[in-house]
Amino acid sequence: MLAMNYRGPFRVRASEKPDPVILHPEDAIIKVTRSCICGSDLHLYHGLVPDTRVGMTFGHEFMGTVVDIGSDVHKLKVGDTVLVPFNIACGKCAFCKQELYGNCHESNSQATAVGGIFGYSHTAGGYDGGQAEYVRVPYADVGPTVIPEGMDPDDALLLTDVVPTGYQAAEMGGIKPGDTVVVFGAGPVGIMAAKCAWLFGAARVIVIDHLEYRLEFVRNYANCEAYNFGSLEDPVLFLKKTTDWFGADVCIDAVGGDAAGNAMQTLTGRKLLLQAGSATALHWAINSVKKGGIVSIVGVYGPTDNLIPIGNVVNKGITIRANQASVKRLLPRLIDHIMAGRLDPKAIITHRFPLEEIAEAYHMFSAKLDNCIKPVLVMSAK
Amino acid sequence: MEDNKDYQQISGWGIDADPEDEPNYPIKKYTGDDHNRSNWERPQLQVQDVEILKSNERPSLSAVFGTASPPTGLSGVIRRHAFKYSENSYGHWLPLLLADRINVVEGIIEDLSEGVIPNIFAERGWKADFKYNKGALAKKVLIRAAVLGVIVICLSKKKKRKSFFG
Ligand SMILES: NC(=O)c1ccc[n+]([C@@H]2O[C@H](COP(=O)([O-])OP(=O)(O)OC[C@H]3O[C@@H](n4cnc5c(N)ncnc54)[C@H](O)[C@@H]3O)[C@@H](O)[C@H]2O)c1
Ligand SMILES: [Zn+2]
Ligand SMILES: [Zn+2]
Repeated sequence: MLAMNYRGPFRVRASEKPDPVILHPEDAIIKVTRSCICGSDLHLYHGLVPDTRVGMTFGHEFMGTVVDIGSDVHKLKVGDTVLVPFNIACGKCAFCKQELYGNCHESNSQATAVGGIFGYSHTAGGYDGGQAEYVRVPYADVGPTVIPEGMDPDDALLLTDVVPTGYQAAEMGGIKPGDTVVVFGAGPVGIMAAKCAWLFGAARVIVIDHLEYRLEFVRNYANCEAYNFGSLEDPVLFLKKTTDWFGADVCIDAVGGDAAGNAMQTLTGRKLLLQAGSATALHWAINSVKKGGIVSIVGVYGPTDNLIPIGNVVNKGITIRANQASVKRLLPRLIDHIMAGRLDPKAIITHRFPLEEIAEAYHMFSAKLDNCIKPVLVMSAK
Repeated sequence: MEDNKDYQQISGWGIDADPEDEPNYPIKKYTGDDHNRSNWERPQLQVQDVEILKSNERPSLSAVFGTASPPTGLSGVIRRHAFKYSENSYGHWLPLLLADRINVVEGIIEDLSEGVIPNIFAERGWKADFKYNKGALAKKVLIRAAVLGVIVICLSKKKKRKSFFG
């Protein structure tokens, strides 16, 4: 089969690989029809995540058709069209039972701090991912979900990660009706978080980024205010001023370790790898939230350390909530929102590529060329 | 602050608001199972037929695991060493980052040994630059040409000096 093949930081290609096979009775093999590139993939692509091995296939946001199932798969059958949550979850361990599907203890041998994720380095389990014609999907009765009749495949595709992650970012913020919510990052995740903040009753939603085209998009798409930190001398001071010198009720970090905006953080976090990515957005989030406020983190950082003002977390009495999104937990509610027209995820898709053009797709998304927001790989129908 | 309530017209506004929703996710669905520790009924165990490096913070492999890119070569030796240290230790993560970089060179050697000359320009997706970012592409090419130029000049100077003194 044809599959994305990682060759090193900033270098990927599509090449032939053996087809995946069933390795466990609860496995299924999915023939991929569409697959996204995610901001999380960029952390791998930029070489920030330890144990990202050459030859791996990335991709954790995909949908497709079931072509083979193991002997212990009962809910799925060959021919089903499914969306596959990015978390690999057993459904049985103590964490899965608490619906912490992003924290499963039976899907990752190589690190205990994170559950298994498709195509996300060996630190997240060493699984080849879905930027390929076929992919092995473990615990097929737990995660994969048959796409509801009448749902647009692009909407289904974005339910594998971006929509639940944005929603959970808002949910973890514990937004109360009337709250002012600040979202750092106007990528796919930040855009969804801003959109979802309203569902929880926010009275004011502010998005911060430095890419004008994304700010423009989110302003219209999520009916929010959007500001360019490149033209604000000090984003924290700006946010304090605009909240009556109080601070936001909730701040959401939807940026993660590839953050720009602070030369020291960029140098130590992204160039020298002395930190697990640059923590600029998280730093701003902590300093712009009100005393007693909540910082919700969905931006991804590596497994070592980051420089954040933890003293301010203490002195301000901030609650920090964070996690990988628990996709399966949120699917029923989000399917509802999409079918009712309250959410329209597919509108964020800006680019489509065949798998053969994977290198251009990555570069374009990473360098934010041609006003790229969300790129999708569309597999040829052979 | 704006005090108009227009936002309440946004489709779905407030539909998921639940002031009683505390504690919030991720502590919301606490079941008490934690106190049984790791004694859940485990899924059937995947048969191990490739080398899997296991975090020393767990007693055994997870019931399923990925089998992509098993450790090989020098990077593999370093990775095996790294897994002697816990996830709490730099001894674990820094060698892994080093192994990742060495692995890139191994990848190029592997390509060459299979008769493939990696097309690094194509792999870096510069075609997209050609389409959408001609300025940056020109800059990259110029910078690389300049660096190459300087190296050539230095090398040729060194040679001359050598011949002068030698
Ligand atoms: N927790 C999860 O389950 C989960 C799931 C998906 C993605 N993520 C993470 O969410 C983050 C965003 O993903 P994405 O797909 O939207 O990525 P993206 O790269 O498209 O977007 C990130 C945005 O942040 C902006 N940015 C950079 N520095 C900033 C700063 N200091 N302040 C504000 N904005 C800044 C960038 O310009 C960009 O628009 C990534 O870290 C990704 O790994 C987490
Ligand atoms: Zn993702
Ligand atoms: Zn589990």
